[in-house]
Amino acid sequence: MLATFLCIIRRDLELALRRRSDVFTTLFFFVIVISLFPLGVGPEPALLRTMAPGILWVAALLAAMLSLARLFAPDHADGTLEQMLLSPEPLAVLVAAKILAHWLVAGLPLVLLAPLLALQFDLSPAAIGTLTLGLLIGTPVLSLFGAIGGALTLGVRGSGVLVALLVLPLYVPVLIFGAGAVGAEMSGMDGAAHLSLLGALLAGAVALAPWATARALRIALE
Amino acid sequence: MTPPTSHAAPRLAPGRIHWFGYASPQVFYPLAGRLIPWFAGAALVLAAVGLAIGFLVAPTDHQQGDAYRIIFVHVPAAWLSMLIYVAMAFWAGLGLVLNTRLSAMMARALAPTGALFTFLALWTGALWGRPTWGAWWVWDARLTSELLLLFLYVGFMALQSAIDDPVRGDKAGAVIALVGVINVPVIYFSVQWWNTLHQGASVSLRAAPSMATTMLTGMLVMTFALWAYAIAAVLARLRCIILERGAAR
Repeated sequence: MLATFLCIIRRDLELALRRRSDVFTTLFFFVIVISLFPLGVGPEPALLRTMAPGILWVAALLAAMLSLARLFAPDHADGTLEQMLLSPEPLAVLVAAKILAHWLVAGLPLVLLAPLLALQFDLSPAAIGTLTLGLLIGTPVLSLFGAIGGALTLGVRGSGVLVALLVLPLYVPVLIFGAGAVGAEMSGMDGAAHLSLLGALLAGAVALAPWATARALRIALE
Repeated sequence: MTPPTSHAAPRLAPGRIHWFGYASPQVFYPLAGRLIPWFAGAALVLAAVGLAIGFLVAPTDHQQGDAYRIIFVHVPAAWLSMLIYVAMAFWAGLGLVLNTRLSAMMARALAPTGALFTFLALWTGALWGRPTWGAWWVWDARLTSELLLLFLYVGFMALQSAIDDPVRGDKAGAVIALVGVINVPVIYFSVQWWNTLHQGASVSLRAAPSMATTMLTGMLVMTFALWAYAIAAVLARLRCIILERGAAR
């Protein structure tokens, strides 16, 4: 089971490496959305500093959502997904591997890039630390919840808009606690409570989302 | 398509009702038809009584003046919006696990009524908030989670209507309904977990009522009125769905 798990991760990473433009599209979307805000609301440092956690997190949510189509659709198109469903290995394990690979490709770069972007918004080092830690805990939750939405909308007409409608409400708790942690840190309180709640969300999502996604994939390919 | 005739009465074992017989759409169809007038009538009568109590009999509140009278619609609608989501998730989950056709149709029939009550709760809340809080909308925990509930209803309906195959639509909707049910306890406990602007629970089973008896009576009567309306509307919609799927014959 572990061998299959690692094999799928390696395969998905290799595929992502061969089609690098997909990965960079998401990453540049993240950077561009964030850079638009100072142009839109004005470059006052005090204003930007208060808005930064929300802006960075919303951009991360949108970027994570944008990359969801890549999670199952290519495998669905070339028939790999059907082979996975026929595999004797538990589908939830295969799905978990795909979600982890998706996070490594779409989520982790956002986490690594966020401190640099936070500097543009004049955040304090402590706040940047909390932001990065929050994103590190929170973006896997985005991939896990997003996988459910991506699997449900597989092959459905208008799936791009539909996935936003299904997934964004589920993303809201992550946004609240993630941005809340940075906000608490900046106002001199401890962001640890928010981060613990994010961790709880992650634990719950890891336990439940792969099964729900596996179920949704079976429904989609019935 | 013609409505089915009454040949489809449930096969009765002697002396007792075969409840599971009603799980079949063609057996439930005539039963729903017989129940709708009763619930619709009850909704009309109870709403008339409840509104009469609420707007004519109940005294003016000494803190909020007459603005509080919105609770006669707002609180029952908010209760129902959550309850209908739980019922929808329950029937959808049952349909997913047991593969029963009628429960999936029931989930589909519940969603628009649930969305309506969510919208009603938000809208009446805004009408109340303007004179009382001085704002149409506040980003308070309960308001935000109730808004999310509306999005979940809309997402459920959009997903089901985007999938042409009804059975696949039922199952896909069931997954998202079950995932979204996490939001309901968040709404319910939001006034306790987050100390924000929305006031705490008006009615509790564990404490003595904090409001005058006539107010409580009016609110409970209105709750039953909206329940009866919801049941009638859902059954009527369920009959349409059964006919659409051609399962009534």
